[in-house]
Amino acid sequence: MTYARRAWIVLWKDLLIERRAKEHANALLFFCVLLLFLFQFALGPDRDRLAAAVPGLLWLGFILAGLLGLGRSFLGERDNDCWEGLRLTPGDKSAIYLGKLVGNCVLMAAVEILLAVLFGVFYDVDLWTPAAPLGLVLALGTIGLASVGTLFAAMTTQVRARELLFPVLLLPVQVPVLLATVSATQALLLGQPLADVAHWLKLLAGADLVYVTIGLLTFEFVLEG
Amino acid sequence: MITARDLRKVYGSSRVLDGVSLELGSGQCLALLGPNGAGKTTLLRILATLLRPTAGSLRIGDADALREPERARAEIGMVAHGSYVYEDLTARENLRFWETMRGGDASAGRLAAALAQVELDHVADERARTFSAGMKRRLGLARVLLGRARLLLLDEPFTGLDRRGRKWVSEFLAGFKAGGGAAVVATHSFGDGLGVADRVAILGGGRLLMDRPAAELSAEALHRLYESLTDAVEAGP
Repeated sequence: MTYARRAWIVLWKDLLIERRAKEHANALLFFCVLLLFLFQFALGPDRDRLAAAVPGLLWLGFILAGLLGLGRSFLGERDNDCWEGLRLTPGDKSAIYLGKLVGNCVLMAAVEILLAVLFGVFYDVDLWTPAAPLGLVLALGTIGLASVGTLFAAMTTQVRARELLFPVLLLPVQVPVLLATVSATQALLLGQPLADVAHWLKLLAGADLVYVTIGLLTFEFVLEG
Repeated sequence: MITARDLRKVYGSSRVLDGVSLELGSGQCLALLGPNGAGKTTLLRILATLLRPTAGSLRIGDADALREPERARAEIGMVAHGSYVYEDLTARENLRFWETMRGGDASAGRLAAALAQVELDHVADERARTFSAGMKRRLGLARVLLGRARLLLLDEPFTGLDRRGRKWVSEFLAGFKAGGGAAVVATHSFGDGLGVADRVAILGGGRLLMDRPAAELSAEALHRLYESLTDAVEAGP
């Protein structure tokens, strides 16, 4: 019970601070719109080309927005030595990781939904028909990205070159997640049923399980540094 | 409450702490004096279990703090420079967060009582961003009060405070001591905190140069002693 309360209070604190400061949300919103314009300019008006590139672009947008958001998820803990305070709290430190992970998933999901809607409008892509299976792919991909991202963000928070180190560490580990999400998204947008992408979903679920377990088991060592 | 033996901390070729031993019982307050770079913060961080010494042993209460830091941490309340305050949370929310993280009772009544005790009840629902350094320090002390720590570690608690703020912290320390708590106050300022200290220790060059009962020393004598000891360390062998 205490474990769940501790994870919950970390989530509550992060979301409350985000709601008040709006540091991430405003920057990410602007970034998403900018990204859409850039893709539009890069690919031109050719509809077929756009349709073929949409799954990759969509996940590129999610990843880039995720890199920005996740990379900052522990920066607030450096202010006023709060990181040190977290270390001094007795009990299982993985509750902090769990709270941070859920908070990051919530923020990323909000950005992804917004980005997906903008994609649909800007590129005239029907994301509504496959919305339910696409939502499942999105949820599994987000957990995969956020689980490793949260851990690596904690690892690099105290490092001077963290802006460079964070994506360099994160992206190679994300290859299975990226491969599965982009392939599954492409198939779903082409109108294939969910059963056809079951193998990708299994890969995503497996990767999520492994990443979250590693995060929970190793976070204490990362925090103690 | 604290039994530290031969604590050493080495970073590369630099010896930050060089065989520091000290004991502190319940209801006692130790003022740790020393110039900048003397090793005060390092010693305090080792006592808080935030830093592992290169060598030596440390007991906090009944716990071997090096082998069971989690047990030791249940006894410790630390107020460092930053006071562990989230700027975008209110005073009440800050306390709720830290007390829940400790696994304690974060009920509204307890939070209100702690805020009243540190005279922050009138700003309980204002964001910490608007607080002065002294108010943040008091919020840190309220967190310690809620956690029922038996050992209080304060790093430069008087820095940045006005006369009233310094007096308030001194009175808080006296009350904490009277309640059976032990406190270590690291400072480089002479006037503050010494009034409530039972013992005064001087740290210089990573070594404990002096550890004596405060009652034996007048402010003037302490000042002279401090100057001569730290000058001797700076002059080298």
